[in-house]
Amino acid sequence: MKVFEKPHALTDNVLHYCPGCTHGIIHRLVAEVIDELGIEGRTIGVASVGCSVMAYNYFNVDMVQAAHGRAPAVATGVKRTEPDNIVFTYQGDGDLAAIGTAEMVHSAARGENITIIFVNNAIYGMTGGQMAPTTLPGQVTQTSPYGRDVKTVGYPVKVCEMVSQLDGAAYIERVAVNNVKNVRNAKKAIKKAFEYQVEGKGFSLIELISSCPTNWGLTPSKALEWIDENMIPYYPLGVYKDKYADKEAGSDD
Amino acid sequence: MSEKVLMKGNEALAEAAIMAGCRHYFGYPITPQTEIAAYMAKRMPKIGGVFLQAESEIAAINMVIGGASTGRRVMTSSSSPGISLKSEGLSYLAGCDLPALVVNVQRGGPGLGGIQPSQSDYFHATRGAGHGDFHMIVLAPSSVQEMVNLTFKGFDLAEKYRMTCMILSDGTMGQMMEPVTLDMGEIQKYDKSWALTGTKGERKPRIINSLFLQPDELEKFNFARYERYKKIEENESIYEEYRMEDAEVCIVAFGVASRVSKNAIDKAREQGIKVGMIRPVTLWPFPKKRFEEAADKVRAFVSVELSMGQMIEDIELATRCRRPVLLCNRTGGMIPTVENVLEKIAEADKIGGTR
Repeated sequence: MKVFEKPHALTDNVLHYCPGCTHGIIHRLVAEVIDELGIEGRTIGVASVGCSVMAYNYFNVDMVQAAHGRAPAVATGVKRTEPDNIVFTYQGDGDLAAIGTAEMVHSAARGENITIIFVNNAIYGMTGGQMAPTTLPGQVTQTSPYGRDVKTVGYPVKVCEMVSQLDGAAYIERVAVNNVKNVRNAKKAIKKAFEYQVEGKGFSLIELISSCPTNWGLTPSKALEWIDENMIPYYPLGVYKDKYADKEAGSDD
Repeated sequence: MSEKVLMKGNEALAEAAIMAGCRHYFGYPITPQTEIAAYMAKRMPKIGGVFLQAESEIAAINMVIGGASTGRRVMTSSSSPGISLKSEGLSYLAGCDLPALVVNVQRGGPGLGGIQPSQSDYFHATRGAGHGDFHMIVLAPSSVQEMVNLTFKGFDLAEKYRMTCMILSDGTMGQMMEPVTLDMGEIQKYDKSWALTGTKGERKPRIINSLFLQPDELEKFNFARYERYKKIEENESIYEEYRMEDAEVCIVAFGVASRVSKNAIDKAREQGIKVGMIRPVTLWPFPKKRFEEAADKVRAFVSVELSMGQMIEDIELATRCRRPVLLCNRTGGMIPTVENVLEKIAEADKIGGTR
């Protein structure tokens, strides 16, 4: 009788993430999808810089580790030379929405047939909790000690809203991993994104609203509540773009 | 294609890359190397290859990293300001032990500088291409034929040693036309058991990575890499000599400067001055041994450069300053004239030395 198993696409290495961090959940969801689609043998992952820098130790697939923000460009190089393989990046908010904005936006604009897993926890975790491009207005971090003041440092970057404007993007959805229902939706979104790539439908980006109990200074359970109270109101969940759903609905896209 | 064809340097280089098996070019427009990109844009789709114009030089070099990770012969090309942007990627290519060909058709700097020929990225190419301990193999063509030959050789060396090979060219080499032969012979095959191609469920995952948080582990990798560099220094340095048999003054020049110098040497010889030239073809590894030997015989060296004097340091190091090294230089896009070089030859000839 099968009770509970670790996905085959995860290695046996012990995760280095902090207690209560949701990276573990997201790693598992990606691995489950790789298992279910039977694509482990032809998947190549691109790790980024940040807390998930060592993702190459956890996924049971060929992996390359990219410079800060450059994962979508590296993934482009991999995909263009190995077009039959499934290529994904795994990036945090600092990596994707600050230093790597150009690489992310242009891989979407080109409609690269890759999948971006974007983990947004509104803070730079690895370096110890500095203000991220997605840090909420008023949020206290090491480099916004009086709270993010939008008058001087501006507003958070809403990635899904922005990227969904690009004609090259095929599928853009924002999900969260702070409760069972949201986790189940998150998996559906990740699966669809990988399926789109398998079917050659083009660029997809799944933004996962995630927690950082350590740098938020909250317990793991309070951090999950904080997502509901603060993150989701600013970053509404949902499908921002689905080129093919639109088509079915009769759009002329 | 063993017959001679008339080609522009940049286009000849691009065709040579294709003949060397390169099917993926990632680049960004910048003068004076844009002909390479334009040529690739035209040719690649016709031969089942990929030409991709990236959003930036940074993206282009990272696409090269991705392509190199799968074991393909990939390349990018740029000119000085663009090469600065690629520096991050050059460091990662070294840290990941990935082969790649990177072309720098140099223009004047610093900053936006100019668009005329220059050799002022010598330090960048041979010493400071990015952060951390690493080298690139640096090849300096001085004719369109060498743009071809060294591109072919560059891909080979890059794969043989799993590192970046840079073609350090300049606007003159890129823009001028000369007859060339494109017959390059066999492509050598090297072990690719590190390449990311998907496990196919048949092997353990491969990881390409430059992060080593344990200092002793990182040190081990760096030492191993420098062992490889030592072999390259021993086996791969290339130079060409011109009228060195009885030379008492030795010109040192590469690229366009070496062509001007040859004319100056012929003229000086007519005046009875015993002058010759050593032209380094590999700038890294610098042909140190040849310079050590030359220092036993010549009274002085003259470094002819399109920079404020960068290679001169390698000559001084190789000869341990046993002979004076004079500098004959123009910069900012200016090229030394035959008269400039003749003047320095005459000056060098007056040095008595200790022979």
